[in-house]
Amino acid sequence: MTVAFLSQFFAVYGSLVNFIGINALLALSLYVTLSAGQLSLGNAAFAGIGAYTAGILTMRFDVPYPVSVAAGAGLSAIIAFLIGLPVLRIRGIFLAMATLAFGEVVRIAAVNLDITGGAQGLVGIPNKTTTYTIYGVLAATVYFLAVLRGSKIGWSFAAIREDETAAMALGINTAFHKTLAFVLGAFIAGIAGAIYAHLNFIITPGEFGFSAAVQLLIYNVVGGTQSVYGPILGAFILTALPEVLRGVPLAAGPLRLGINGVILLLVILYLPNGLISFFRGLNRVS
Amino acid sequence: MFLEFEKISRSFGGVRALWEVSFVVEAATIHGIIGPNGSGKTTLINVVSGLTGADSGRLLLEGREVHRLPPYRIAALGIARTFQNIRLFSNMTCLENVIAGQHLTAGRALIPRLLRLPSASVEERRCREDALSCLSSVGIENRAGALAKSLSYGERRRLEIARAMALKPRLLLLDEPIAGMRQREIEEMESLFRSLAEAGVTILLIEHNMPFMMRLCSRITVLHFGQTVTTGSPEDVCAHPEVIEAYLGVESC
Amino acid sequence: MINGFFIGSVYGLFAIGYTLVFGVLDILNLAHAAVFTLGGLTALWLVAAAGLSIWVAFLLAVLFSGMLGLLLDRVAFAPLRRRAGSNLSGLISSIAMAIIFESAALGIFGARTVRFPQGILVNRVWRFESVTVTSLQVEIVLSALALMLALTAFLKYTRTGKAIRAVAESERTARLLGINVDGVIALTFSISSALGGAAGILYGLYFDALAPDMGRSIELKGLAVIILGGMGSIPGAILGGIAFGLSEVLTVALTGTSNLRDAVAFTVLLVILILRPTGLLGRGRVREA
Repeated sequence: MTVAFLSQFFAVYGSLVNFIGINALLALSLYVTLSAGQLSLGNAAFAGIGAYTAGILTMRFDVPYPVSVAAGAGLSAIIAFLIGLPVLRIRGIFLAMATLAFGEVVRIAAVNLDITGGAQGLVGIPNKTTTYTIYGVLAATVYFLAVLRGSKIGWSFAAIREDETAAMALGINTAFHKTLAFVLGAFIAGIAGAIYAHLNFIITPGEFGFSAAVQLLIYNVVGGTQSVYGPILGAFILTALPEVLRGVPLAAGPLRLGINGVILLLVILYLPNGLISFFRGLNRVS
Repeated sequence: MFLEFEKISRSFGGVRALWEVSFVVEAATIHGIIGPNGSGKTTLINVVSGLTGADSGRLLLEGREVHRLPPYRIAALGIARTFQNIRLFSNMTCLENVIAGQHLTAGRALIPRLLRLPSASVEERRCREDALSCLSSVGIENRAGALAKSLSYGERRRLEIARAMALKPRLLLLDEPIAGMRQREIEEMESLFRSLAEAGVTILLIEHNMPFMMRLCSRITVLHFGQTVTTGSPEDVCAHPEVIEAYLGVESC
Repeated sequence: MINGFFIGSVYGLFAIGYTLVFGVLDILNLAHAAVFTLGGLTALWLVAAAGLSIWVAFLLAVLFSGMLGLLLDRVAFAPLRRRAGSNLSGLISSIAMAIIFESAALGIFGARTVRFPQGILVNRVWRFESVTVTSLQVEIVLSALALMLALTAFLKYTRTGKAIRAVAESERTARLLGINVDGVIALTFSISSALGGAAGILYGLYFDALAPDMGRSIELKGLAVIILGGMGSIPGAILGGIAFGLSEVLTVALTGTSNLRDAVAFTVLLVILILRPTGLLGRGRVREA
């Protein structure tokens, strides 16, 4: 009985479930960087780097799937390290803009290079990702990040986020930790991108641009960054809601988009710590 | 000789904050720094803690040059500090603030935690207990679960001291630690500092409260316009003609 | 080459809106691009559906944009001011409003690209040597420049303008001096949005195309311009806009294609942020509360 229901559910909502999983993973990639107080808007671009690298490796060079994914994530991490060195010295809103600019450069590169297929995108990537892959990776990431939070590194991130100067006075090497948060975020984004590339046969540059970068931020804000489950909640609600509303006749196209904006506004005005703050018990580390 | 300042100078865009400051701090003593506002006291602490570099001169900790080290290295040498305008982690609880301060003393390694080894939870418990004892040594253990931003002014100063103590420092730099505290709190802090010194911690203390400094400090350095006026016992400093002149009409010994 | 100057003046006009709000509030208003779009589309509607002349439509659309600015302040920014929090909240709020405005534009005007009806403006063409200039271009530049100059004069010489500058300098002091800070901020938003809307109309006239997503491309360019010129500096925004416009045209001329144009711009932006975040003419110090 349940099996029949589930397979029916998946037939209809399968791709939505996949998208939610990928978006949750991407949201978590930004969560890591935010947990150290770094407002990076480059994670969509890092996802793109992971996606294209993995896609090209699998498609053109017949590299096995797990290796492509690892390579994609690895390249994202390396580029993040190189970019991070100069960029992480910049504070606050300027960092956001620098990472945004970086993201645009990456997107334009993807549009203009032959190897990435140009504006049409990379077509014909073999489908290797299953729902289990996505949620398996997601579960592993959640576990890792939850443990990270209570570890020395996690506490360092939290201290830097609150007050960088005080953190330095406590013996925390802030430059190292900020770079670590940035690179870790890029790595996770790279994995998400690589997995995504093998989901639907095609990836296009536009999917990894400014809108996507802002979306990730919105998932974190709406969900809340006090707990590792916050970004997941945000991704879930903001990905699922427009799709669920598709069936509702009153909710025409533009209105569905507008609803995300309304939710965001309501959250930032009335529930600044995100929707996850409804579930207070899960929050505190100590 | 525990800490030696050797002609430390520092300017900010043409303004001389410190000029050839030289004095010595003995181990396990409470050494005071006094001087009018703008005399360079906080800049001096910033140089010691590595937040600001020195343009010239040397700073020696037990004979080792430390003035070129970044703040996190200084802390690793066992030097902790508080800030004049209080830099707490406002959105964390008191307990969490102190636990964050255990960065150098607690292992909290990632792998044991990922593998859920029993050693990890043992260490976690120990961290909490240590943090609680830091809080109780400054008298705010009853506020352990309260957010730092909800504390009273005096409580916040005490929390910052507790967090600095979590480092288990050899040298404690205190920048106006009792400013804004009530008399009873001041007395408690006085006995805390004394017991820390007795336990072997060296304390470098900036304050404006003269009676407090006279009672507590074994030696005092006076700064004026970024220069050392004199260094000596409280009585000697009080009798010094230049000190009297600098403080004339403000607060006398 | 001259084209760079023309489009640059529109960029500058748009960027002034960003920089004005940033200067006064230390907040980046990402809904600015959405107002840009709505301003342009509203003017179009007024001309096409209501049959008004372009000049009247321009004026009304600019006023409407100003009102959108007031709405922005009322709904999205003012409630946050009471909170001690960071400037990030304001940014997020503006993103939310941008989404709402964009959906509104999409819903009201549809997704198609539209253009201003022909013949609303007489368009003469002049040729000097190898340079072609149309009267439309001249009118656009003049309008943009006129607005920019009007703003500069307003800020410098009028009482309200000085009040705005006072609040930009230090909100607390301005309050102590008896300035109605909330009113000044609301006014700043209206002016900023009015200019953004004006830029949208001029942009639509220049490229002869309007679409609900036209804000997209200019949004990032506007950010690049204010960083180049310095956040919080109006002359910087103007100069930055023109410089940006010129560099765009130059890149196309040099590389022969328009593809790398934006890449060059953003790489330059990145370098500037790393080396000198305050930009060419920006305010070096941090604002007091």
